[in-house]
Amino acid sequence: MGTLLTRDTIDNTAHDPTRPQELITGGYDFTSLTDKVCGIVERRGAPRAWWVALGFSSTLAVTMFAMIGYLIFNGVGVWGLNNPVGWGWDIVNFVFWVGIGHAGTLISAILYLLRQQWRTSINRFAEAMTIFAVICAAIFPGIHVGRVWVVWWLFPLPNYQAMWPNFRSPLLWDVFAVGTYATVSLLFWYTGMVPDLATLRDRAVTRTRKIAYGFFALGWRGSNRHWHRYEKAYLILAGLATPLVLSVHSVVSFDFATSQVPGWHTTIFPPYFVAGAIFSGFAMVMTCLIPAREWYGLKSIVTLYHLETMAKIILATGTMVGYAYATEFFIAWYGGNPAEQFAFINRAFGPYAWAYWIMVSCNVISPQLFWFKKIRTSPVALLIICIFVNIGMWFERFVITVISLSRDYLPSAWGYYRPTPVDMLTFAGSFGLFFTLVLLFMRYLPMIAMAEVKTVMPQKHWESKVSRPVGDYHGTNPGDR
Amino acid sequence: MATRATHGLYGYLAEFREPWDLIDAAAKVRDAGYTRWDCHTPFPLHGLDHAMGIRGTRLPWLVLCGGLTGLTAALLMQWWMNAHDYPYLISGKPLFGLPAVVPVTFELTVLLSALTTFFAMWGLNLLPQHHHPLFNSERFRRATSDRFFISIEARDPLFQGERTREFLAGLGADAVEPVED
Repeated sequence: MGTLLTRDTIDNTAHDPTRPQELITGGYDFTSLTDKVCGIVERRGAPRAWWVALGFSSTLAVTMFAMIGYLIFNGVGVWGLNNPVGWGWDIVNFVFWVGIGHAGTLISAILYLLRQQWRTSINRFAEAMTIFAVICAAIFPGIHVGRVWVVWWLFPLPNYQAMWPNFRSPLLWDVFAVGTYATVSLLFWYTGMVPDLATLRDRAVTRTRKIAYGFFALGWRGSNRHWHRYEKAYLILAGLATPLVLSVHSVVSFDFATSQVPGWHTTIFPPYFVAGAIFSGFAMVMTCLIPAREWYGLKSIVTLYHLETMAKIILATGTMVGYAYATEFFIAWYGGNPAEQFAFINRAFGPYAWAYWIMVSCNVISPQLFWFKKIRTSPVALLIICIFVNIGMWFERFVITVISLSRDYLPSAWGYYRPTPVDMLTFAGSFGLFFTLVLLFMRYLPMIAMAEVKTVMPQKHWESKVSRPVGDYHGTNPGDR
Repeated sequence: MATRATHGLYGYLAEFREPWDLIDAAAKVRDAGYTRWDCHTPFPLHGLDHAMGIRGTRLPWLVLCGGLTGLTAALLMQWWMNAHDYPYLISGKPLFGLPAVVPVTFELTVLLSALTTFFAMWGLNLLPQHHHPLFNSERFRRATSDRFFISIEARDPLFQGERTREFLAGLGADAVEPVED
């Protein structure tokens, strides 16, 4: 293993059209790849740094639950909400976390259909992140209703008033969109993980591990008759998740777009929200993955090439988001509606101008540095810029939600929103919950999709015999050779 | 392992080191006419379905049924709840209008399709099945890691004990071993 790690620094970002792209460097073969990925989970006792990180994250998470308890006991008055700003950090955080949850399914579904082989190294991690982000997101609409004990009225269940939910309300569409997205993402993630859980089961040395992994591995035995249906199911799930991933943030944007608040009532919202979601999701994948590949010695599996490709996606989606910001201003001017025009002048130059310009610098300006290959291939620069993107995307939601509400049609009803410490601790706590789940995932589950990575790994000694890789992604039929 | 009498024989297990050898061998097992046999690989091997002669699965048709069920149920539910059982008149809008019901209909179509895909796939594969005779083989533990296997069951009509073993060995297997039931 030591010899493999020393080769971790191989640069596979050179664009040489005469050679196939090396997705896995470091001279891994099937055996050493399995050893490497399983070794992280099988290692006796977690590293001290892991315990420190877990302690910190879980303390934050507990703080969030304490804040939620305080909220339920006292009511939403403990938040900084006022009239006219009835949607504050609760909704900002919800949209922020749902957006982050977009990268995983994009990588696992859309990039799968597009046969982007590089996705195999990062899809497990990104899918896990998706699920954790959606969990964090789901908390906020759940608690912002005030009377949380009647939150089940959101679901089409018979209640004692003999009333049903109103299906013409975008808020209800949201329940179905986020619920479906969470369910399908979970099915996708788990289905993809079963063969790897079977690997861990077969390598297990302790009884607990054998039973725990064995239970969830469902008795998978690598049968090709099973693989046949499994792959078909995976393809179908990818096909289903592709429109789904585009629909979730579209529906979230309907919450705003179907209202009549100036700054919300625009048709650009669905595509603009989806681009922003992918942008923020990829930034969060990078934020988690860059330290993880460093600490766990995964630099030849999650290579510089992978990081560079993700940086390009961030650049593309960041530019789309910048274009959307400009379009909003153009339409406000071109549409000729004074309330709309005021809303946008107020965004950029009103009392919340600081928030608007933080958003623009983080989201529009900082990713433009990714035009430079030197920056795209420097993990430290990537990490810093991605953190900026995360900050910028949170502010985007703040700008949309709070600024629009704080000053609408009637100047006598204007207000200024300030969060309370409860707001802040709840938001910080949601990061605690997210990172607690990420840390537990890295410790107990295979964070690299081994079975998938093996399909894009041409093993050295085959090249003498057969000049093509064995995987499923290559489109040639060896039966014909 | 391998302590009971041979009447408890599940079948023979052949191990291969290289995926290409497995695909060649699988085609020969198929051509020999065996029916109760399988290949076991750590990852889906392209071309193996063809080499084994596996027919397409009916999974997509089941998913279509699931999706259509979701679609119909969503439309009926929204019509029944908002237009029939407890009519909501909101802003003079129609009690049941297609544009307003599209999002939930789409989501439930996808949800039911995905749930069908998931459960039908495991159901057709007869999983979960936590006990299987192949797990009696110590060698077989590498089937989920870095080795490739062919198993021929003793229940196969063409199965002939020692001759099947020789047949498997002749396919270029690195090792052939009996597996107890």
